[in-house]
Amino acid sequence: MPIDREFKKKLFAMMLKIRLAEEKVVEVYAKEQQMRTPTHLSIGQEAVATGVCLALRDDDQVFASHRCHAAYFAKGGDINAFFSELCGRENGSNAGRGGSAHLSAPEKNIHSSPILGGMVPVAVGAALAFQLNGTDQVAVGLAGDATYEEGVFAESLNFAVWKKLPVLFICENNLYSTNTHLRDRQPRSTICERVSMPELKAVSFDGNDVEVVYLKTVAAIKKIRQGRGPQFIEFLTYRYREHVGPNYDYDKGYRTKQEVDEWQEKCPVENYARKLVRAGVLKKEDVQELNKKYSAYADQAYQKALRSPWPLKEGLLENVC
Amino acid sequence: MSVRELSYGDAISEATVQAMELDSEVFVMGLGVDDYKGIFGTTLAAHQKFGNARVIGTPACENAMTGIAIGAALNGKRPLLVHARNDFMFLALDQLINNASKWKYAYAGKSAVPFVTRGIIGRGWGQGPTHSQSIQSVLAHFPGIYVAMPSSPYIAKGILMEGLRSSVPVILLEHRSLYSMKEPVPVKPYMYPFGQGLIVHPGKDMTVVATSAMVKEAVKAAHILKKEGIGLEVIDPVSIQPLDEKIILTSVKKTGYLICADTSWASCGFASEVSALVAEKGFRHLKGPIKRVTLPACPAPVSRELEEAFYPDYRDIVSSIEELIGRDLKIDLEKYREVDAFKGPY
Ligand SMILES: Cc1ncc(C[n+]2csc(CCOP(=O)(O)OP(=O)(O)O)c2C)c(N)n1
Ligand SMILES: [Mg+2]
Repeated sequence: MPIDREFKKKLFAMMLKIRLAEEKVVEVYAKEQQMRTPTHLSIGQEAVATGVCLALRDDDQVFASHRCHAAYFAKGGDINAFFSELCGRENGSNAGRGGSAHLSAPEKNIHSSPILGGMVPVAVGAALAFQLNGTDQVAVGLAGDATYEEGVFAESLNFAVWKKLPVLFICENNLYSTNTHLRDRQPRSTICERVSMPELKAVSFDGNDVEVVYLKTVAAIKKIRQGRGPQFIEFLTYRYREHVGPNYDYDKGYRTKQEVDEWQEKCPVENYARKLVRAGVLKKEDVQELNKKYSAYADQAYQKALRSPWPLKEGLLENVC
Repeated sequence: MSVRELSYGDAISEATVQAMELDSEVFVMGLGVDDYKGIFGTTLAAHQKFGNARVIGTPACENAMTGIAIGAALNGKRPLLVHARNDFMFLALDQLINNASKWKYAYAGKSAVPFVTRGIIGRGWGQGPTHSQSIQSVLAHFPGIYVAMPSSPYIAKGILMEGLRSSVPVILLEHRSLYSMKEPVPVKPYMYPFGQGLIVHPGKDMTVVATSAMVKEAVKAAHILKKEGIGLEVIDPVSIQPLDEKIILTSVKKTGYLICADTSWASCGFASEVSALVAEKGFRHLKGPIKRVTLPACPAPVSRELEEAFYPDYRDIVSSIEELIGRDLKIDLEKYREVDAFKGPY
């Protein structure tokens, strides 16, 4: 299935929007100290959430992990609510109660949570509800390579495959769990080899090519909507910045600058811009315009967040029960 | 005895290394124990000295890791498990509670599984609902395990060394906000026993039982109230289970008042446990109601403004005392505030 020009622009625009929003976070996080929430940036990994979420319908549901900014945007989360949440304001996506790692827009069908594996069975439960309700919605669990180490994944997978539930597991494999490489915590076999079973063939693709991510997700979703049960896709990608926080960390010894540089060569956003320009989908000036536009969005949203009201202390006990 | 200043984190690190030197069965296990951050520096020295064989980084597998520790302990090993947040221990509760805490009893004392689990309580910089809970009450509810909350470098070193030679599964909850605290700590190995509390600040008028990070808040309140002629006796129970009942009851007998300041919620919490103890065994000494200084009944919010309102501190202890004496002491409490300098690493 070819992707039409307009949709390609959409894929690119979303990745760029995410990149520039997060670059804004990088710019101000340490310097201005207004975002008092431990922040896991998706910079370098934008293609995965973008390709996956843009392959979904609005009523499909996404359950993301701590590294949730990209998925939040790609599922339609608002940029003002994003910056306000990071700045702890009442008009934040979670009214300053959840922070960077709980970014959510329930009306857009996305929730996030930072306890590893915590959202995997929740996605399966949403899929159970879809099945019971007889809808053709799909639930998506979106998490990192370490999340699928948790025992709850094995339990969830067993149930989901047994029940043939409409759930898509996406593994954003960025090679690392905090500062630990895959080889220092998993056997040499691949994640897909270990997840696969006769009823489910887990597959792995380039997660830095947004078109690949999109098309592979479309294919998986199609199977799921046909009632063929859970699918599992691993997308290979890489985070540029430290595990949590805005800085580079190649001086810390657990990975080399060379490795980071090599992955930056494979930048999902820049490479796609070049590709679209080469293909005549976008002109160089278009790319520049889009850059300006989304960096202005981010600036404005951040400034607006800083002018937004704090939550009232009287509201502390709201929404507990 | 040779002594020098050590931070809370360094005291934990030193205890780990010394325990590993003294007992070759001790090994460290946990997510990130072998990385360059080494759990806020506490496992770096051990890793450097003993390598990957005895400082084992793990995948994300809290429950399995705990069961694995149990199986190793059954075979004479002394695992020391580490969780960068005690919130992650919720994933390990099955093994901790259904296996470890029952082991000796259910197998009629014929086998035992002593091992130590360290978990860190987060606080500040918007760590929020799932990264700043304080789970002592959950754990201390169950017979068969020891739970302690070291509040100073001295205690932290001693109780970790004690835990690593105990015959019981031990849980130590450390508070992130205490990591930079420094005090003189003996160079040599030493033990701090379970079930032994400490009078941190003597006083004759009112008893404050405070845990973990609330100890320093209580001591601060004691200093402030001293100027008003009110003597607070601050007691750090150190261990939540077993509990040093005597030190608490003796103090309440003297003062007639009890304030419990805990790092967690009131409902079914440690502050309630201490209140029940005194109501049951010290009722006749009480001259007024018992006060609990605990978290408001909501999850930890992220927003700076809400965090401000969320965490109780010395001001809440002073207010509870004003309520007890029925008088506004008109103290300018704000002037004693310290800026929260915490900015991570988390
Ligand atoms: C149950 C649990 N254990 C440990 C953590 C601490 N933790 C937060 S993120 C993370 C690494 C996760 O790695 P991965 O799933 O690969 O996602 P990535 O950060 O690489 O995107 C860890 C260990 C946690 N949040 N929850
Ligand atoms: Mg990862």
